[in-house]
Amino acid sequence: MIRFEHVGKRYDGGFEALRDLDFELARGEMAFLTGPSGAGKSTLLRLIALLERPSRGHIRVADIDLSRLRRRHIPYLRRRVGMIFQDHLLLHDRTVFDNVALPLIINGVVDHRDVSRRVRAALDKVGLLGREKYFPVTLSGGEQQRVGIARAVVTRPPILLADEPTGNLDPALSAEIMQLFVEFNRVGVTTLIASHDLALVGSLGFRRIGLEDGRVVIDHAGVAA
Amino acid sequence: MNGGRRKGGGAASRSGGAPLRRLQVALGAWFVAHGRALVGSLGRLARTPLSALMTVGVLAISLALPALFLLLLQNVERLGADWDRGASLSVFLELNLDEARLQPLADELGGRADVQSTELITPDQALAEFRNLAGMDDALDLLDDNPLPAVIVLQPESALDADALRAMGDELTALDEVDTVRLDLAWVERLQRISELLRRAVWLIAGLLGLTVVLVVGNTIRLAIQNRREEIVIAKLIGATDGFIRRPFLYEGLWYGALGGLTAAVLVAGVRLALAAPAAELARLYQTGPILVGPGLQGFLLLGLAGIALGLAGSWLAVGRHLAAIEPK
Repeated sequence: MIRFEHVGKRYDGGFEALRDLDFELARGEMAFLTGPSGAGKSTLLRLIALLERPSRGHIRVADIDLSRLRRRHIPYLRRRVGMIFQDHLLLHDRTVFDNVALPLIINGVVDHRDVSRRVRAALDKVGLLGREKYFPVTLSGGEQQRVGIARAVVTRPPILLADEPTGNLDPALSAEIMQLFVEFNRVGVTTLIASHDLALVGSLGFRRIGLEDGRVVIDHAGVAA
Repeated sequence: MNGGRRKGGGAASRSGGAPLRRLQVALGAWFVAHGRALVGSLGRLARTPLSALMTVGVLAISLALPALFLLLLQNVERLGADWDRGASLSVFLELNLDEARLQPLADELGGRADVQSTELITPDQALAEFRNLAGMDDALDLLDDNPLPAVIVLQPESALDADALRAMGDELTALDEVDTVRLDLAWVERLQRISELLRRAVWLIAGLLGLTVVLVVGNTIRLAIQNRREEIVIAKLIGATDGFIRRPFLYEGLWYGALGGLTAAVLVAGVRLALAAPAAELARLYQTGPILVGPGLQGFLLLGLAGIALGLAGSWLAVGRHLAAIEPK
């Protein structure tokens, strides 16, 4: 589903964020990206969503060669990749409902009842049903992150990327959030999560790709997957 | 979870039906998307009514001024055309001419191809007219003889321009019976020059004020884009196309232009109403037709369309320049 072939990313100024990266994530697989900060985890995720282009090599996502993808086709790729960020990136002047509905609107879902039903389903999955009319600032950090997750999954994308989704949360909340990803993966969503929480990642038993200095240094197959 | 998935796939399988059905769905989605943007952008204007009103006010004045100037120009040209057609040649005949020769001469001149009609004013008639007009009864009584010559007033073909009229005047002056020919062209020409000058000035001013509208809308939209920068970044991350992001801003510019045009139309109508009474008085004094003719429905429509077009142009400029610069980082 996601395949990196000799991918390198060098920023202006000479910093090499990724060097000769080579790995593949199968359809329906779940994996964690680990490594110290600056190892290239975020850069790797950003390349998949084409927030940046690699300097070298090829990336294939859902059988699409990203280096051949034209700029005007990028939005359609991003619609198939649900993304979750450490700082949630919610719209603070919109309600929870409107935040979660945004991807549906962007996808051109017309029927209001359809939108409403799917938003509720997504919020139900992350345990926030009944909070539709709240504004994000009135929610806790963990709840805001759940809204972000609901927004990422409301269009049922085949791929889910999360960049440090539990970065600001306490261990109990972190475990709950991770459990949500496990559930999404269980219904076939290819999931890649960057996290520095080695203990939590280890306890879940999925494949772990360890990055260091822009290279893959560890690639443990999961035990539970 | 699975139940939701099946339901979620419903839309996809529906749109995967017959091509016609698919087209219908796509068209429906297109209309809904545009309708949402149209209504949504109006809603955003309504949320900041004061700043929206101020912008609309600036736009309305910028649109109303050239509209008023153009209206003025139109009226000047219309009146000028009326007077132009009224240009006539007064052929003053020699004083000692035999009375019996007058009518045949008038008929002869009337037979020319470039003359529409003639009117003979005998010295007696002229004197009588002069008495009436000038109120100089007593002064005229002092004279022994009638000092006035006979005059033939020629109404030339309306197609003749100033040069042709002048040539005709020269030709008539050369006749033995004719003393002088008075051609009342100078002021018609002056009027033409003035209206030409006016026309150019008005279009220049209209152009500048139109540019003002484009720049004001452009700047307003630029600010709107900056204010919603975060939202734009998030929408792009989620997979919004450039068109999706551009749309509400374009419609915002359209609304500004339309509201500006509408307000400008009200201003123009108001100004005309305020000037209607003195204009009617002036028209009565000069015995012309109506002096200040309004722009009519067509004019108001054009004003609205101009507002919309300029508003759209302004937002296009802003959107083209500033949206591309906002990319998720």
